[in-house]
Amino acid sequence: MSPFLKTNGKHRTLEGWPFVFTVLTTLAILIGGTVEFLPLVLMESNIPRIETVTPYTPLEVMGRDLYIREGCVGCHSQQVRPFRDEMERYGEYSKPGEHVYDHPFLWGSKRTGPDLHRVGGKYPDLWHVRHMENPRSTSPNSLMPPYDWLLSDEYDAESIPARLRALRKVGVPYSDSEIDNAVALARDQANGIAAGVVASGGPENLEDKEIVALVAYLQRLGTDISAR
Amino acid sequence: MDASQSHPYHAGHGELVRFDDQVVRWFVLATAIWGFVGMLVGAIIALQMPFWQANLGPYLSFGRLRPLHTNAVVFAFAGNAVFAAIYYSTQRLVKARMFSDLMSRIHFWGWQTIIVSAAITLPLGITTSKEYAELEWPIDLLITVVWVIFAINFFMTLKVRREKHLYVAIWFYIATIVTVAVLHIGNSLAMPASLFKSYPVFAGVQDAFVQWWYGHNAVAFFLTTPFLGLMYYFLPKAAERPVFSYRLSIVHFWSLVFIYIWAGPHHLNYTAIPEWAVTLGMTFSIMLWMPSWGGMINGLFTLRGAWHKLRDSVVLRMFVIGITFYGMSTFEGPMLSVKTVNALSHYTDWTIGHVHAGALGWNGFMTFGMIYWLMPRLWKTKLWSERLANAHFWIGTIGMLLYVMAMYSAGVTQGLMWRAFDEAGRLLYPDFMETVIQIVPMYWVRLIGGLMYLTGVILMLINLFKTIGTAPSSLEDSSITVA
Repeated sequence: MSPFLKTNGKHRTLEGWPFVFTVLTTLAILIGGTVEFLPLVLMESNIPRIETVTPYTPLEVMGRDLYIREGCVGCHSQQVRPFRDEMERYGEYSKPGEHVYDHPFLWGSKRTGPDLHRVGGKYPDLWHVRHMENPRSTSPNSLMPPYDWLLSDEYDAESIPARLRALRKVGVPYSDSEIDNAVALARDQANGIAAGVVASGGPENLEDKEIVALVAYLQRLGTDISAR
Repeated sequence: MDASQSHPYHAGHGELVRFDDQVVRWFVLATAIWGFVGMLVGAIIALQMPFWQANLGPYLSFGRLRPLHTNAVVFAFAGNAVFAAIYYSTQRLVKARMFSDLMSRIHFWGWQTIIVSAAITLPLGITTSKEYAELEWPIDLLITVVWVIFAINFFMTLKVRREKHLYVAIWFYIATIVTVAVLHIGNSLAMPASLFKSYPVFAGVQDAFVQWWYGHNAVAFFLTTPFLGLMYYFLPKAAERPVFSYRLSIVHFWSLVFIYIWAGPHHLNYTAIPEWAVTLGMTFSIMLWMPSWGGMINGLFTLRGAWHKLRDSVVLRMFVIGITFYGMSTFEGPMLSVKTVNALSHYTDWTIGHVHAGALGWNGFMTFGMIYWLMPRLWKTKLWSERLANAHFWIGTIGMLLYVMAMYSAGVTQGLMWRAFDEAGRLLYPDFMETVIQIVPMYWVRLIGGLMYLTGVILMLINLFKTIGTAPSSLEDSSITVA
């Protein structure tokens, strides 16, 4: 039996020194995280850059924050695993470099509904509008709650510049002009989406509603690596 | 700077030490009340899954209530239980009153303020979306302040202790206090965009790593180590037997705290995280099985020669169920971290079943056992109804068995359906909805199991309030005389 473990061994002595005990415990819990995390930050080869991956547009940032607000991540993952069945079902598997502007990551841990990483471009804009208003109109038997308020509530365009500024501080390369013109850029993209929805026979006057921001984000998801 | 040097083992002769029992009573009450609230929200979202009509508008929709449920049961129910255990046992183990009554009260009310803030902000959609760390930055700051006050109060109590050696429960409390602080700060590093919105400093792969380093170790250092401390104090007390093995305590304590922290990446198997990181996470998760079972063995073997006492003690029965579920879920965890198993289980309800085996079985039943043991001691009276406590034991046990069985079948069914191919090599269930319809009956069974468990908690609340009703009008703090 090690002298360390004996009833009156060295560990017993340690038990009389709370300060030393606490320091040793702290060291023990710091090692693992440090060893695993530092290479992720220091070695670029761990997250290979993808040239075509660009930051979200101002409207998409707004839409992404609505996705976060509604807790979509609780039921939808955004991470296609490199399995044959998942690539058949969802599309190309998810790459590290696709997420470099994801503050926070939204990979999720549960699929009560399907994965959404490759949902961009999969359905028309109008499909998403109808789906959010009443999920069962597009997907019979769906368990998803309706999000009809997204079609009636206006998105907070004025808050977008502050969002972009905060994102720039954590490393997303937005230019000064993008931030200065964020509201106009968002309005432009929103008008385009809203006009398209009307043209395909959907409801009118959605251009300042939250739904267009969410649709902009969903249609962007996972499309940066595909030839457009 | 060794505290025991300045405070010799025998501090004086015949000194009277009064413990602060009042703050423990508050924490016990908060545990029971928040436990009911958190599990009620759990039952509501369990209903929303098979019955979408139960989503009532933006503030009460599943996406916003789900984090409210997890935060309430983890930080309000289990959190207050942990604080009750720490404040009750530490004072007795070190033969000293908590260092500062004021700090104890700031801790109590500060923590309840955090819980209320969570209950308001989460339904409003104010969330970071990071699991178990959803609260936005102003609340994160408050958590930090309250935790630091708790830590100072705790460590200063150790400094003025009258017992030279720290008992194993205290080791686990130390690990809890230090590590939760490190994890909370690490995972909350964020840039505010406004008062209620911030963006984490890390993105994508790095953010995912930090989140699950935090998320897994919230399980480790908020739901495991403090509950092991609770077990090491309250189980030997209730069984009137010493802990089975001192040496096992040492070995499993140090291996547990060292190994747990590596295991986070197993939540990210087959994602865009580098392969080496998940392999490391999986390896350490498998290694974690033994230190975890060290705790289970030390707990169950403490009952050697005392198993007959289970007949008359609902407290011991609850502890035994709790420790058994700890053993099962700490076997299941390493198993689920294995990549081939995880490929099937991940993203399904199997994960939900696993989590609830740990939460309902281990955290819930250890808490219930502690509360039933504390009730007569804190309120200086008899437990109002042994029969009601017994009913709680059975309805809770059967409820959680139904719950986890339903989730296991739902998880395995859906996992197998997602990956099934027909003879021509096409997906057998290309429509995701087919795999959902198949598991809806299991969602109803889960709701029934959950409601039974919740009923048990209601029985405990009744017993608690009735017991308090029979308490003497003036409750004196317990005291001891130290030689």
